Amino acid sequence: MSGSTLFDQILDPANRANPYPLYAELRKIPVARQEDGTYVVSTHAELARLISDPRISSDDLPDPQKFRWTGHPVTDLLVRPVRAEIRKRHPPFIFRDPPDHDRLRGQVMRCFTPERVRGMRAKTQEITDDLIGKMRGKTQIDLVDDFSYPLPVTVICELLGVPAEDEAQFHGWATQLATALEPNRRSDEETRAKNEVCFTEIADYLQGLIKEKRKDPQDDILSDLAIDREGMNDFDLIATAVLLLVAGHETTVNLITNGMLTLLRFPEHGERLRAEPEIAPRLIEELLRYEPPVHYRTRLALTDIPVAGITIPKDAPVIFLLAAANRDPLRFPDPDRFDPDRPDNRHLGFGGGLHYCVGAPLARIEAEVALISLVRRLKGVSLTEDPPPYRPGASLRGPRHLRLALEGVAEE
Amino acid sequence: MTTPPERIVVVGASLAGLAAAHALRERGFAGRLTLVGAEPHRPYDRPPLSKQVLRGLYSADTTLPCHPELRAEFRFGQPATRLDLAGRVVECEDGSRLPYDRLLIATGTRARPWPNPAEAALAGVFTLRDRDDAERLGAHLRTKLQRVVLVGGGFIGFEVASTCRDLDIPVTLLVRDAVPLAAALGPRLGGLIGEVAREKGVDLRLESEIERMEGAGGRLTAVILKDGERIETDCLVAAIGTLRNVEWLDGSGLEADAGGLRCDAFCRALRADGRVAEGVFAAGDVARWPNPHDDDALVAVEHWGNARAQAETAAANMLAGDASAMRRHDHLPDFWSQQFGLTIKLVGLTEGADALAVVHGSFKERRLVAAFGKGGRTVAAAAIDSARWLPAYKAAIRERAPFPPIENAVDQPRIRVQEP
Amino acid sequence: MKVVVDLNRCQAYAQCIYAAPGHFALHGREALVYDPSPDETARGAIERAIHACPVRAITAYPDAADATAGEAR
Repeated sequence: MSGSTLFDQILDPANRANPYPLYAELRKIPVARQEDGTYVVSTHAELARLISDPRISSDDLPDPQKFRWTGHPVTDLLVRPVRAEIRKRHPPFIFRDPPDHDRLRGQVMRCFTPERVRGMRAKTQEITDDLIGKMRGKTQIDLVDDFSYPLPVTVICELLGVPAEDEAQFHGWATQLATALEPNRRSDEETRAKNEVCFTEIADYLQGLIKEKRKDPQDDILSDLAIDREGMNDFDLIATAVLLLVAGHETTVNLITNGMLTLLRFPEHGERLRAEPEIAPRLIEELLRYEPPVHYRTRLALTDIPVAGITIPKDAPVIFLLAAANRDPLRFPDPDRFDPDRPDNRHLGFGGGLHYCVGAPLARIEAEVALISLVRRLKGVSLTEDPPPYRPGASLRGPRHLRLALEGVAEE
Repeated sequence: MTTPPERIVVVGASLAGLAAAHALRERGFAGRLTLVGAEPHRPYDRPPLSKQVLRGLYSADTTLPCHPELRAEFRFGQPATRLDLAGRVVECEDGSRLPYDRLLIATGTRARPWPNPAEAALAGVFTLRDRDDAERLGAHLRTKLQRVVLVGGGFIGFEVASTCRDLDIPVTLLVRDAVPLAAALGPRLGGLIGEVAREKGVDLRLESEIERMEGAGGRLTAVILKDGERIETDCLVAAIGTLRNVEWLDGSGLEADAGGLRCDAFCRALRADGRVAEGVFAAGDVARWPNPHDDDALVAVEHWGNARAQAETAAANMLAGDASAMRRHDHLPDFWSQQFGLTIKLVGLTEGADALAVVHGSFKERRLVAAFGKGGRTVAAAAIDSARWLPAYKAAIRERAPFPPIENAVDQPRIRVQEP
Repeated sequence: MKVVVDLNRCQAYAQCIYAAPGHFALHGREALVYDPSPDETARGAIERAIHACPVRAITAYPDAADATAGEAR
């Protein structure tokens, strides 16, 4: 490993399929300084502590003049190309600290009601059945393109209140913005230019949609946010909507794809889920530990922070390597074993602290409906390549394709 | 190495007793396990009693979950009456004798009764500690009441006041001290909660005490305050503290008094002569133990979290064999209260604190974390609707971090150290 | 069933409210209230809540069959 730090190796796409041995190496130093001055936190005890430490900020918005790629795909995607106003003063709440974070997030949570989220279960099942139906007669599918990709974006459109006739366009934007996440740190000019255009388009579109929602509010999140009297301004509203689209999309694609991959690698668990669908909740939590959709997040130290025998200095970027902490043997006995019956599974698959995944309840529903339906309906299914090809992104890590051989599709 | 126990008796079948039973089984104890409870109920949870149970939300049955394979023998409605240390036997009210190899004393506390027995006997005068108390008081609150008078400036008083306001019942809350909740939260935070209570319509009277009660036909009709004011009321709740259930230990040779049952750092009960009583342990509200976070000052902590944690420590030590394998009880006291829509959480002990700093949020927002210092060290932190910051402060308290503990943090006002 | 939540540990992530909305609720920003004794038919929802809780603060077991089921060895 001469010349390249462990974290550099993690960023190397060649290690995307199985970064876990590297994570085990990293865990030998719970909080490890990298050559570029970032600090990587990879053990569960330290991560669980720092993720709720108020000396750690999410407000890592770089000065536009001195912009550099942060290795933080959503930052790189959202912060760089958005219109100046959003960039300067209205970043989405994932990149903000309290009190702004709490206010914006609180407004979203008020619309993201349990009734509304649970109401999406039926819709999710309907889309799932439709997508699986289209696999009839095929002997080869790509789970990512044929299933994992289209499902979450349709669900999020429905929830946000994007009219059905605009959904295709929304799919396109989501795909473009998601593709832009792939070239981790190495995004070429062309992709960046495309994304700027894409963001401008989606922002314009959303502005129009918000206007319509104000005139004629419907039962959806965008309407609720738009007519909330103590609500957010249009910039925050657009930033929030794009955040919900992008952050809620790619992650769910990964969760479903990683889920199916894991169930095919350990067929006894797929078999068990088919026979006992009631184990889905704990199986999905174990999946979030074992193959989390987001492997790391970047934060900033606001002051010197003593931890694990070292001091993270003020202004140092701090990388929370969630996926490594999830495999920490000090917290999870036999951590490389996929075990849905694992007791006290306090995984960090949805993060933690103030920024705990807003969409977690929706992701759980989507994963549950999708995985149960897939194991029940796909007959004689097997992996045709293992490991599958991965997208280059090291943070939002997931297969680009998951090619499966099928013998048939069972009726609903 | 002492011989492993074959028969364990737990006196006190509430949160601590049940937690100990679970911990013993989880740690592989396969012998005979008996829980003795004075009340006629299975172990139940008390915190909801002053809140959702009184309010009538959900079920009033707060029976604690019990592992289906706990394999414990429960003896309910059967107070222990005597302990024979030499013979290693517990005697119960019905005369039965329970021999033990290890004994856990977790008899807890009871509500301090209203000091005037004639007044306490009036219909409409309540205390609140047990499930039966909550059931009676809850039923009374549902009969269109004129006004509830609450006596006591602690959390139970405030929680019941909050519940009464939720039910739209007029409430007068009488607090003897100049500031409510000061013992736990200090005057500043206590004052803030008092302010919130007033805004929610509680008639809060500070430095106010009852001179006497008036009744008619055996029913409470009014209270006369020390300043002469007469308040008409048909319901009074005396939330004036607790008494430890240690009387049954009289003559046993254990060091027990109103302050609790004295135990050592390993939850082992001590005799009056200061020696360890072999095989006898204590946990929960009744135990008085050396707190490592306060230079081993003796403390009895009447909180839910301590009851569970201490029961688990005691259970581990009961099975540990000799003292070298025992672990010390180093729980950092913590508790929560829900009232007037706010969640108040505290870690550490504020007693003796000489400094306070708001480290997140503000009094104005009613959403804040306040840290407490004592002699330059951080000893406690209170959160109002800010629970997610609390773990960081908990770690600082454990480490006895300098005060104020965490500076240059997110959502932090300019830190101003003030008197608590 | 019998349910108890360790409210010292609870940080109002509210995941239980999504999993079992009839049995858990927030009254205020962080004050969790819950049904300590839900019907056996709620088992699936309660299990979801247990597993979804990020801090694993929820414990639930079926109702005890017999109040004094004793055991000796």
